Formats: sequence, structure tokens, C-alpha cells
Amino acid sequence: MELEIIAAIISSAIAFFTVFALTPFLIKALEKRNSTVKDYHRKGGAMVARPGGPSLIAGILISGTVLYAFFPMTEIIAILITTALAFLVGLVDDKKVMGGWFKPLALAATAIPILLLGVYDTDLSFPLFGEVRIPLLYIGIIVIMIPITGNTINSIDVLNGVASGFMVIAGSAITISLIILQNYEIAILSLLLVFVSLAFYKYHKYPSKIFPGDSGALTLGAMYGAIAIVGQVEVIAAIALGPAIFNSFLFLSSMKRIVEHREIKEKPVELTEDFMLKATSNKKASVTLVRLILAGGRPLSEKEIGFVIFKLTIFSGILAIITAFMMGVSL
Amino acid sequence: MSGSSIFVFIFAMWILIIIGGGITVLILAPITISGYGEFDLIFSSVIKAVISIGLVVTWIFILSRVKNWIFRSQLKI
Repeated sequence: MELEIIAAIISSAIAFFTVFALTPFLIKALEKRNSTVKDYHRKGGAMVARPGGPSLIAGILISGTVLYAFFPMTEIIAILITTALAFLVGLVDDKKVMGGWFKPLALAATAIPILLLGVYDTDLSFPLFGEVRIPLLYIGIIVIMIPITGNTINSIDVLNGVASGFMVIAGSAITISLIILQNYEIAILSLLLVFVSLAFYKYHKYPSKIFPGDSGALTLGAMYGAIAIVGQVEVIAAIALGPAIFNSFLFLSSMKRIVEHREIKEKPVELTEDFMLKATSNKKASVTLVRLILAGGRPLSEKEIGFVIFKLTIFSGILAIITAFMMGVSL
Repeated sequence: MSGSSIFVFIFAMWILIIIGGGITVLILAPITISGYGEFDLIFSSVIKAVISIGLVVTWIFILSRVKNWIFRSQLKI
């Protein structure tokens, strides 16, 4: 246990300080190259650097390699390769606008290292009722898990600081769950995800100095999904993602097809004159989590909406941790 | 603000996941097909896959109804 604690402290510190130190340089480099986008929700429409994916993946790969030096496990390699591939998919989407189907298909392919290295268990665990062995079906779950988690995090990345803050909370919930289930090495890897997100949140929170972009959001989401599969906490991970899954569910059930956010003409929220956000009354607009938070109430600032989303994520995280305890109980 | 309704919805999602898990383990998992020799495993997997997809569709349908029931007053959906 002593080795696990030392590895956790060293690799988490490296994860945090790599992103914390690299991101300001990345912001300057992106601004110098004019790689910025307008923040429409901010007074004056400030230009914000994008994408932040490179500093996130640097933090994950460097700290992950240090963790591998402590625990030379194939599971760690599989998660890192899958995450790196998802980063590349996101980077392609950041540089060139791809169709709505590109990301799900390309992200499905990033699960190949997990399949090839065989770092999964075909038993799917459920709380209270035990496990079910699904050798063939589980391959399908692996293939769809990364696109789901990647796109889910990407779809919630609509306000300053939400994607990174969300990942700090959801990542903490699965880290605690993995500790409860005594899967310590994967718990440490999950802790790296938390610290990388926390360091990035410093620059991503309102008012953002950098946006994660597709490369950043998909990196975080894919690593989360890969940890869920390899750590055998698929159901717990899905519960911790509650608000983001709810957002994707609302969006898909209102749009009735897979579509990129940028292709949508009718926006779900409107900006007031004093730069507050309010729900649109346009019935053709998509229904999203933010629209639902604003519906029937007063206009809120971007920061206020972010905190409502964080409260919802904390609630989901608590349910996920309760679920982890319920895994050990059999009816 | 409908924040509290969203907490209720997320709780409902959690309950549905636990119930779905129970159905999967207690009803779906024990299904076995015999009498087709080496194809037994494939047939039983296909049947389980079809039932699983049906369960997911039902889960989405129920969730959609719950969503409309909870949020109808706030949003004209």
C-alpha cells in the first residue's frame, strides 16, 4: 500500500504541474498563431485560445509514463494509447470541420488497443444483483463506450470551465469508487485524470483564457471511458456522468438524429442585453441541459449556470459512490 | 429555475439503471439455448443481444416519458 500512495502522490503532482505550467505557453503560442475563437457569451466578445488538448495530453502521457514505471501494467499502456488516439481524433476535428458521424466512428476505432491488449473482463457488474458474463456483447460495449464518453464530455463543453470542472468531479467519483472496489492502480490513473482536469480548470474557468476544443474534450472523455472499461466500473462511470448523459439524451431526443452542435441554427439559449443567458422560446431549438436549467426562471450568468451543473454532477457522483458500495452487497 | 427537477430526473435515471441491472442479471443472463450443437452459444448470444437492445429502447422510452412528465410545465416539449 505504501508504494501505491507514493506513486499516487508523485504521478498526481506531475500531472497537475505539467498542465499548470504548459498551458500558459500553449495559450501564448495559440494566440500568436491566431488560433482563437470568439466567446459570444462574454461582453465585448473576447477572443479565446483553442484548443487546449495538447497540454492535457502532455500531462496525461508524462504522468502516465511515470505511473507505468511504478506499475508496469498492460492496462496502463492500453488506457494511455486509447487516450492519445482520441486526442488525435479531436485534433483532426479542431483543424478541419468533420461530419457528424466522423467522431463516433473514429472514436470507436480508438478502443482497438483495449481489445488487442485484452485488458478487459467480459463480466459486467451490477449493484445488488451481481455479475453477468457476456463474452460477445461486451466487445460491443467496449466499442461504443469511448464514443459515448468522448462525445458526452464534448457536448457539455458549452460554457466556460464546465467540461474540465465536470471531469474533476466525475473523475473523483470513479477514483473513490475504484478505491472502494480495491482496484488501486487504475484508481491512481483515474486520479491523474482528476489532477490534469483540475490544473486545466484554472485557465478554463470563467472568464476562460483557453478552450479545450475537441482535442481536449475527447481526450478527457476517452480516458474516462477507457478507465471505466479497464477498471470494470462501467455502470458506476455511467452514473457519475449523469448530467452529461442527460444533456446528450435531451439533445438527441429533441433533434432525433446525430448532428454536430455547430450545424444547429436555432440556439437553445439566448443572450440578454446585460450578457446573461435565458432559455429560448423557439420550439424548433434543441433541448439541452442548460436550456432546462434556465427554463421557467430568471436569466443566469454563465458562472451561475456552471455552478448548477457542478451541483448536479456532485449529486451524480454521490450516487456513483453509493453504487460502488452496493456492488459488494448481494440480494 | 428547474434545477431541483433535474435532480429528480437524475435520481430516476439511477433507479432505472439499478432495475435494468436486476433484469439483466436475474432474467437475461440465465437464458440458454440447447439442441443446436456448436451453435448453442451463438444463438443464445443473439437472443440475449436482441433482448438487451429491446431493454435499452424500453429504458429510453420510459426515460423520455419521465422527462416529459417532469419538465412539461417548464418547457413546451
